[in-house]
Amino acid sequence: MNRDAIIKLLKQPVQWVEERTGVIAFSAPLLTHHVPRSAKWWYVFGSATLMFFTIQIVTGVCLGTMYAPSASNAWESLRYIDEEIPLGWMLRALHGWSSSAMVVMMAIHMLQVFMHGSFKYPRELNWITGVFLLLTVLALAFTGQVMRWDQDAYWGLGIGAAIVDRVPVFGDQMRALMLGGPIIGGETLNRFFALHVFILPGAAIGLVGIHMTLIMKNGISEMPKPGEIVVPSTYRKEFEERMHKTGVPFFPDAAQRDMVFCGVCLILLVFLAAYYGPFGPGGMPDPTLINTNPRPDYPFMWIFGAVSLLPPASETAIMLISPVIGIAILVAVPFLSNSGERAPSRRPGMMLLAVFVVMAIVALTWEGVTSPWSPVMNGWSALPTPTQFVKGRTPLQMQGAVVFQYAQCRNCHELGGFGGKRGPALDEIATRMSPDQIVRQVQQGGGNMPAFGKNLNSAQMTAIVDFLSTLRPANEPDSTIPGAQLPLPIKSPLTLNEPFTGTGVPAEIATGASSR
Amino acid sequence: MSDNTNGETKKEGCVGCGCGGGGGGSLPPVAAQDARRGFMFKFGAGLLGIGGALAAVPIVGYIIGPARSRYRNEWVDLGATTLFPSGQTRFATFLNPIRQPTDGDAAKTACWVRCVETGKFQVFAINCAHLGCPVRWFEQSKLFMCPCHGGVYYQDGSRAAGPPPRGLFEYKWKVEGGKLLIDAGRLPGLEESV
Repeated sequence: MNRDAIIKLLKQPVQWVEERTGVIAFSAPLLTHHVPRSAKWWYVFGSATLMFFTIQIVTGVCLGTMYAPSASNAWESLRYIDEEIPLGWMLRALHGWSSSAMVVMMAIHMLQVFMHGSFKYPRELNWITGVFLLLTVLALAFTGQVMRWDQDAYWGLGIGAAIVDRVPVFGDQMRALMLGGPIIGGETLNRFFALHVFILPGAAIGLVGIHMTLIMKNGISEMPKPGEIVVPSTYRKEFEERMHKTGVPFFPDAAQRDMVFCGVCLILLVFLAAYYGPFGPGGMPDPTLINTNPRPDYPFMWIFGAVSLLPPASETAIMLISPVIGIAILVAVPFLSNSGERAPSRRPGMMLLAVFVVMAIVALTWEGVTSPWSPVMNGWSALPTPTQFVKGRTPLQMQGAVVFQYAQCRNCHELGGFGGKRGPALDEIATRMSPDQIVRQVQQGGGNMPAFGKNLNSAQMTAIVDFLSTLRPANEPDSTIPGAQLPLPIKSPLTLNEPFTGTGVPAEIATGASSR
Repeated sequence: MSDNTNGETKKEGCVGCGCGGGGGGSLPPVAAQDARRGFMFKFGAGLLGIGGALAAVPIVGYIIGPARSRYRNEWVDLGATTLFPSGQTRFATFLNPIRQPTDGDAAKTACWVRCVETGKFQVFAINCAHLGCPVRWFEQSKLFMCPCHGGVYYQDGSRAAGPPPRGLFEYKWKVEGGKLLIDAGRLPGLEESV
């Protein structure tokens, strides 16, 4: 057979299918539609998001063949997938890492579209479907965290339920609707399972379809140039003329960059998944195991950080209203400005806004990760007292250091850089507070510190104040308030290797104050 | 294909298939056909509507069922009162009386029992009043601390520091036959006490 005959033979089945389906006639324009010549590396992030979404579907279906969506077995089934099923751990790792990557790519894609003003006429609905895709993907991420059904999932649901419960009037019903009952249990997991594998992926696929259809209809926006402004009345005609003259076919001209970037992403994904392994599952989902430190996954860490920084008086209102306002603003973006300049250099206010939002999310995420507001639960029992704070101290002051640990002060206060960050570090407390003030603070609390008056007896209080009054650098004076009695000099003639940083506050000052 | 259909339409006079406009024009009872089609369309829409509503009732009812159900708390036995010495706060667990067969470990529930003095108790929910994380008791400083956002409570459950808007949730309790019972079930929340 010669070459032409072979080609003819190969073409036959293709033509057979094409004649009956028209699949080539339908899809060829999708591949060869013209895109701007200027669409280069900035334009790869949407494709990467879609690629990770595809990975999610494939790995998700694979995991669905083994995962037991039942509160009594889910955790064990994940352990089984991780440890017994060949490559099960790798599938879970791919699913987890690809989920994070999808969120990251989506965020970059959205930021790029915002900064390039690509949401302006006629692409308002491209943006809005994108916003709903963002919400769907975040919902997938949250419900996916629930699928792990570990302690983080359980208490994360508890946090979600507590927020929903704050809705006025209908809070109770909405919480029951969310949890599938009055407690976090079997029905809760199955509800979230239905969301995670049926409803949300279905919604995402539909939204992706609309998003892509709109891209075909409206074309891909050009790289913004200062002075090239969007005039809705003439934009479409001019854009189509430009595409006709200078545009390049999506496949292969633009697609090759997508292919390079997606290829790199995919290889990185496999390496990350293989090296770092799957996410969890963490501790068993047994709510009576309370020595746990619930934290959400990274996409929600900034929310976790934000809710701890809200003022208690207004937090319910802020927690319930701010998501609505946030989503409304995102949806409103193309309506607030759908014409005019697209170039970042001509939209400095918008650039500042974008930078502010990114910085706020990064900062809140950092706060969430470090959680300076959380007590270090084992600070009192596990952290050593740095030697410089006990060296050369009197027995009473040493006793005070013991009481300081025993009373769990260290859970919230740092000494020598270790301890809780909830309250101020006390390394130099004696430069800021006089013994009287310390007594008052420890006894009565205040400024977000509990009162310890009932829990410390007078001897313990004396010791702790005596100890705290020694905490200052050698070269700084202690706190003196006008009219207050100056601390007495150290009574005992100690010879020390290092400069003694204490004041040797006589016990009578402290006891005098505490018995007031 | 469409040619074929049109041909048949012309011969047989298409009724209600939507393609009769062109082909059926030559047949006499056009007005009657249109009227019949109009009726069929409305009738069909009506039937679909009724059928859809009938099917929607159980579907919607199934989905929102949990919001409408009234789950009742029950008295749960936490064990002999001697397990909770006077002046101490002790950890206790129980199986939630509101539970389903698939709950697994999630049906287990924890609480803190404070025996104020012999025969007088306070039983606190494990959940922080801020966002529901499990609070831990620190005997030495007589404080409950929450690992999530740093809520702190005194031994009597009142708020000491941090973001919680109120003190710890308390269960109703009673002593019967030397045993401590609490009225438990629902997950505590701000809108209600347990």
